[in-house]
Amino acid sequence: MAVAVQGAPSQGSRDGEPRPGLVQRLKLSYSRHWYAYAMVAPVVVVLGVLVGYPLGRGIYLTLTNANSLNVGRQIGVNHIPDSFDFVGLHNYADVLWGPGSYDRFWSHLIWTVLWTVLCVTLHYSLGLGLAMLLNQKLRGRTTYRMLLILPWAVPTFVTVFSWRLMLSDSGVVNSALGFLHLPQPSWLSDPLASKAAAVIVNTWCGVPFMMVSLLGGLQSIPAELYEAAEMDGATPWQRFRYVTLPGLRTVSSTVVLLGVIWTFNQFAIIFLLLGNGSPDAQILVTWAYRLGFGQQPRAYAESATYGVLLLSILVVFTSFYRRWQVRTEENA
Amino acid sequence: MSVSTELPTPVPQAQPPAAPRRRARGERGPALSALLHGLLTVASLIALFPVLWIAWISLGPDKTDYLHPGQIFDRMSLGNYGFVLQHTDFLTWFGNSMLVAIGTTVFAVLVAATTGYAVSRMRFPGHRQLMWTLLLTQMFPIAVVIVPMYTILSSLDLLDSYLGLILTYSGTIVPYCAWLMKGYFDTIPVEIDEAGRVDGLSPFGTFWRLIMPLARPGLAVAAFYSFLTAWAEVPFASTFMLSSDKYTLAVGLQSYISEHDAQWHLMAATSVLIALPAALFFYLVQKHLVTGLTAGAAKS
Repeated sequence: MAVAVQGAPSQGSRDGEPRPGLVQRLKLSYSRHWYAYAMVAPVVVVLGVLVGYPLGRGIYLTLTNANSLNVGRQIGVNHIPDSFDFVGLHNYADVLWGPGSYDRFWSHLIWTVLWTVLCVTLHYSLGLGLAMLLNQKLRGRTTYRMLLILPWAVPTFVTVFSWRLMLSDSGVVNSALGFLHLPQPSWLSDPLASKAAAVIVNTWCGVPFMMVSLLGGLQSIPAELYEAAEMDGATPWQRFRYVTLPGLRTVSSTVVLLGVIWTFNQFAIIFLLLGNGSPDAQILVTWAYRLGFGQQPRAYAESATYGVLLLSILVVFTSFYRRWQVRTEENA
Repeated sequence: MSVSTELPTPVPQAQPPAAPRRRARGERGPALSALLHGLLTVASLIALFPVLWIAWISLGPDKTDYLHPGQIFDRMSLGNYGFVLQHTDFLTWFGNSMLVAIGTTVFAVLVAATTGYAVSRMRFPGHRQLMWTLLLTQMFPIAVVIVPMYTILSSLDLLDSYLGLILTYSGTIVPYCAWLMKGYFDTIPVEIDEAGRVDGLSPFGTFWRLIMPLARPGLAVAAFYSFLTAWAEVPFASTFMLSSDKYTLAVGLQSYISEHDAQWHLMAATSVLIALPAALFFYLVQKHLVTGLTAGAAKS
């Protein structure tokens, strides 16, 4: 995070003073920063209540055997209290190495990682390619740009529905493939083809965001750098490798991190495209949702266990990513 | 920057073979221009095709028309739209979605802007931790929060209410928007704040009267992102909205499939109607998208 912009209004310096007591420090900090606290308070409250508490409770649920049969609920005027038991780490053990854990967890984990890598690579490379095309001086550039951002503006379930019609067994995609005498897989049910379909649809949806972000990044690279490189006799490839890519580093590192997080947790596309069919193509998020909501009895505890595992994977990934980022920045 | 590395020239644009004279920098041969336009046209077509396709299907009066789209040409009609508007709950759902989406947009953008400003300008204890917590909330899979969220919303009596849904959406949207806004505020010089303070504005007045108007591109992008997310969200809405007169469009459309036994032509018409407000919003903000988005990414 950039700390370059040092705030003028409330910048305190404690250098040389003796450290006051805790209460006094709190008071001091409050009187100095109360504007800042007032401004972030809504976020803290909303996130604390609606995200912080549910997370804590979700983690607690993973240590129990809660499901929809024993969780407290309201039937008419009668309130039925919680009746689930504390089972310790049993859920984690069961998910990670219980019977059938390969089919239930590991195969989905492998596919989730593969899905994330594939999608983010496609998003980034296609987005960068299109951004570079749009960054040329060219007639009709604004029109192209608008058309290319359009997929982002269409609500997800609308696009997914359109893709479902197009990918259905005798829909337009298969008609076109048949016309070209190519095989016509059943995109929405065949294990391999449905994975491919999910990747295609997600790529279609995700490229515009990358493209717009990278386009802004490209526009912020000073033209003098390209001129200087050209004066030194750099080939187009060298200009790309040694001017464009380093110039995009800050933008790239942020959008790639966000892309990984969002793709890893991409719920809507797989859920809406494939529904409850094709269990093989479910990534961990949709699988966990299915355990928690798509079956009877609803396995809340198990579903939450998947959720916590997912979250920990992302946290570990992010901290490594940040460390790697800091190191490459130091080397650059 | 080292450019001394010996590398082959894979792209011929430096010296087109048939160039009769040396081109000035930035000029292109006609072949290359054609190639650029060709690539962009193909990409635009791919981007546009699914949208056009569903608009086309929505004109066909029969539910199997999507299988033989050629026949739609002879019997195009707007009958599907008429049916959806008159004989379904579409307008109710549409109103609900509008209410929720606009409420979320206003609330989330305001909250994100104040947070972004505080983090961008004020070095209060905990501002770094706050930004990382915000990023962390982006990693929550819905599976882990949706059940406890249901519990807490029901104990706050916010289940099946617009306010509950607005707050839930804000919880998911604000973190990214706050990052975006912080990045954008970082690009606005601090001197402007200082000038405002010298002229006697309070910190909040500076923010509201000076910085907010300057941050319009960033705000536009944040608003676009919020509106779109709230407009099209499925899992929370379908879990938290229980009575059918409170359904949002995404939920209503789900109930549609079973109720009408997959009437694809009606679904298509509904989808087009749903996409229209989003497209309108997009058209209004699109010229800000590039500047607004990148500031957030470049300065984080």
